Amino acid sequence: MGPGGPPAARRFTACPVIMLLLKFLVAFLVLALLAATSLFVGVSDVSLAAIWSGDRTAVLVLMESRIPRLLALIFAGAGMAVSGTIMQMLARNRFVEPSTAGTVEWASLGMLCVLLLAPGLPVYVRMLVSTGFALAGTAIFLLVLRKIPLRSPLMVPLIGIMLGGVVDAGTTFFAYRYDMLQSLASWTTGDFSAVLRGRYELLWVSLFLTLLAYVAADRFTVIGMGEEFATNLGLNYRRVTAFGLVIISVVTACVVVTVGMVPFVGLIVPNIVSMTTGDSLRKSLPWVALCGSGLVLACDIIGRLVIAPFEIPVGTVLGAVGSAFFLYLVLRRQAGVA
Amino acid sequence: MIRIDNVSKRYGGTLVVDGVDLTLAGGGLTSIIGPNGAGKSTLLSMISRLIGMDAGTVTVDGLDVTRTPGDVLARRLSILRQDNAMTARLTVRDLVAFGRYPHNKGRLTVDDGRHIDRALAYLELDGLKGRFLDELSGGQRQRAFVAMVLCQDTDYMLFDEPLNNLDIKHAVTMMRLLRRAAEDLGKTVVVVLHDINFASCHSDRIIAMKNGRVAEQGSPEEIVRAEVLEAIYGTAFAIHMIDGQRIATYFR
Repeated sequence: MGPGGPPAARRFTACPVIMLLLKFLVAFLVLALLAATSLFVGVSDVSLAAIWSGDRTAVLVLMESRIPRLLALIFAGAGMAVSGTIMQMLARNRFVEPSTAGTVEWASLGMLCVLLLAPGLPVYVRMLVSTGFALAGTAIFLLVLRKIPLRSPLMVPLIGIMLGGVVDAGTTFFAYRYDMLQSLASWTTGDFSAVLRGRYELLWVSLFLTLLAYVAADRFTVIGMGEEFATNLGLNYRRVTAFGLVIISVVTACVVVTVGMVPFVGLIVPNIVSMTTGDSLRKSLPWVALCGSGLVLACDIIGRLVIAPFEIPVGTVLGAVGSAFFLYLVLRRQAGVA
Repeated sequence: MIRIDNVSKRYGGTLVVDGVDLTLAGGGLTSIIGPNGAGKSTLLSMISRLIGMDAGTVTVDGLDVTRTPGDVLARRLSILRQDNAMTARLTVRDLVAFGRYPHNKGRLTVDDGRHIDRALAYLELDGLKGRFLDELSGGQRQRAFVAMVLCQDTDYMLFDEPLNNLDIKHAVTMMRLLRRAAEDLGKTVVVVLHDINFASCHSDRIIAMKNGRVAEQGSPEEIVRAEVLEAIYGTAFAIHMIDGQRIATYFR
């Protein structure tokens, strides 16, 4: 090895903290760039110049529509990605996330029940009912996983998708009977175009829970090591699992109630972050949240640009990107790498 | 001291552990041997509250394992099972650091750092500490798990088949390490072993199980005898004294 090699290598590894800060800086810049793009893309002309000159329409659009939309995208992205990570730790499986475990379908069923039985209830009660359904559904999924001897990791998402399919069929049936297919579509396909000030604030709840998940990051890592390791380390396995379920369910319900299902974020992001950073959530969750927000922002911008002045819902864009990634994951596994 | 009092466990219709009474005094290395299905692993799992028992009680220093809060027990007793399928992608150092979790609840102190480095050094994992577990061989991963348990630094350490996946050199190193933990650090080490000769050469005490019961217990001199082993395993044994060690042969 040449004399120049080792010192240079040492210089790079000597200050991992600075490297880490640099990486975060770059990530924040990318996110800021996406955020700025998101603010200034759209049918109404909103530009820095217009806002600076005090154009009232521009300021109004910015405050009432663009900024709420931006915040909703960031919160939903971070929340779904973090929920996906926690779910993968609880199920100890790389392929699960709220949309492949039935959580989303249960949350939609909860919404439908509220709209059918008590349509006058305020939005936060809808969210609570939806959360209750999501919680019950996800708990059922985990119970089924415990009962079935699993021969392949691929069985896990199959069971989740199957359970979700059954629930979804029921939801669709009742929505059809009561002429509510239209509103059903609005919360099964994630779409941020209707986000306005006053209509997205529930997502602050999801942000709060996302932050709470970070506080408990080490516990979720230990749970991800399996029940025996967790018990040996003195963790109450059931209690932490229940806590994780609550976080997943509330975040999913908030997102489904306000903007509709945002699929695959909880699958794509945790897997990519795990490949690079590993599963010690204390280290990886900040990246999961950042990348989740970035992915949803980017997909939303794509959806707004492709057929402008119309929009493709972000759920559709993510569906396309996510399915491709899911296939990649499955094939990569079969190649024996994972 | 670990007191096992009339402990039973039933899986479906079969009684796997059948009214075991046993006292494991503090200190020393105790091996549990016996044929497949004798209930060794099940007993170890019940002692360490990984599975519940159908009857009986287990106390560790007077603490009932089924009623003592998990984190209190985790500072006193640790267990490593066999077949640890770990799906979480952790680095070796991260894994070993989690051994400190019962003590620090995730906030690493300088003292924790010392424990981690010592455990890594004991198991010759210094060069591997930055690697992810899924990039290691089975033996390296096994050593990482043992390092984690060592790092937990409990008075009682239970290992189910710790020599699994280890080559001869690392198996010997592992047994010496466990002996040292018992002798120098005053730990109470309990291991389930398949290899009778490792048990014979490294144990202070051997417990032989058969059909869910304790068949024999005593020093290696008392247990590693042809008639005792033949009764337990149901096959012929010859015992040889080699360099002051009792070696059992049973290969032909």
